[in-house]
Amino acid sequence: MAAPETCVPAILEIADDCLILGHRLSEWCGHAPILEEELALANMGLDLLGQASALYAHAGKLEGKGRSEDDFAFLRREREYRNCLLVERRNGDFAHTMLRQLYFAAFMQPFWRTVAATSSDETLRGIAAKAEKEMAYHLRHSGEWVIRMGDGSDESAARMADAVIELHRYTGELFMASPARAAAIADGLLPDPDTLRAEWDETVATVFNAAKLELPEIRVMQKGGRDGNHGEDMGHLLAELQFMQRAYPGHTW
Amino acid sequence: MSEGRDNGARNDVADFELARALEVASGVPDPEVPCVTVADLGILRSVTRDDAGLIVVRLTPTYSGCPAVIAIEMAVQSALLDADIEARIERVISPAWTTDWISEEGREKLRAYGIAPPVGSSGGRRAFFAEDVIACPRCGSAHTTKVSEFGSTACKAHYRCDDCAEPFDYFKCI
Repeated sequence: MAAPETCVPAILEIADDCLILGHRLSEWCGHAPILEEELALANMGLDLLGQASALYAHAGKLEGKGRSEDDFAFLRREREYRNCLLVERRNGDFAHTMLRQLYFAAFMQPFWRTVAATSSDETLRGIAAKAEKEMAYHLRHSGEWVIRMGDGSDESAARMADAVIELHRYTGELFMASPARAAAIADGLLPDPDTLRAEWDETVATVFNAAKLELPEIRVMQKGGRDGNHGEDMGHLLAELQFMQRAYPGHTW
Repeated sequence: MSEGRDNGARNDVADFELARALEVASGVPDPEVPCVTVADLGILRSVTRDDAGLIVVRLTPTYSGCPAVIAIEMAVQSALLDADIEARIERVISPAWTTDWISEEGREKLRAYGIAPPVGSSGGRRAFFAEDVIACPRCGSAHTTKVSEFGSTACKAHYRCDDCAEPFDYFKCI
């Protein structure tokens, strides 16, 4: 088992990805285009919050300083969050939200499958075994919507094409290993994200092909989230996420 | 910890209080699907004693974000308290629960209650727009349509029978 200084920051990166995307999906509550999607988006958000909660609890235990999952979620500053930029992107329209979900799930499903099979940490393997199956649902659900909309009406196809132009530049960060991640990879805790690129490319190509969407050529991928450099929307997101604990410190349900 | 379709719950028969704790814990119904118990669902993983002699009941969540986890833990704790049994509840994450752990009896109870039990065995990635054949729990017809992959709870999808027109929940296979 690797040293806590190595594991904790690497686990927090993944936990932050799950928490922030889960929060973004929760923002759809009451605004989804149809009732079935209202349920689907809330359910997917709940899966991600559950994964985040298990990862924070595990990181807190490994760190051994008594920080709880709530401390990680509610009491850190913006710069301390290490989520990738993709997950914090604003929801935009339904096309943006579904494409963002496809990009993330197409990465996380093979990621969790590899963690479940290879991680040196038993708890992580357990979290991964469950999360992989949940992400398989997210991948199928979002992939089907990207296909329906990309190959749908002129309006839906145009919106999906806009979403690709807006979001594709944030996908490169999924495959970059921060120093914290590199140490965890060296310790056998987590897989090298770059080894998952071929499968991600294939999944996205399959969906884009069926959706009649074109892959954009992006020269420079956006990055910064793993260093704590977030976009301007992140502060607004945290203001809502953390409001209760900031206004009423230590408050419990 | 044992694994597999025996639901994993185990005890030492010579220990009367432990046997009773297993019996009491096993009988607690799931709060969202009350026709089945935590033992039927396979989420009761074990009832043992720790080194200090305290009874430890291990439960595992179905989905990562299942909001019923805390309700289930509290229900088991209070059922044990009602039976004058002091116990500690522990949440187990590994190995991860799968629908394969739902007992045969549990599957029958789900069907009788109007919920189609999971079809096939967990795992495997399905293609986009691929559909499993889910039999209607009321009339048994295989002519059913998926209304939504996400139903009333995280563990269920929503279906409709094209023969008897009954809407029903399907316990998703994970």
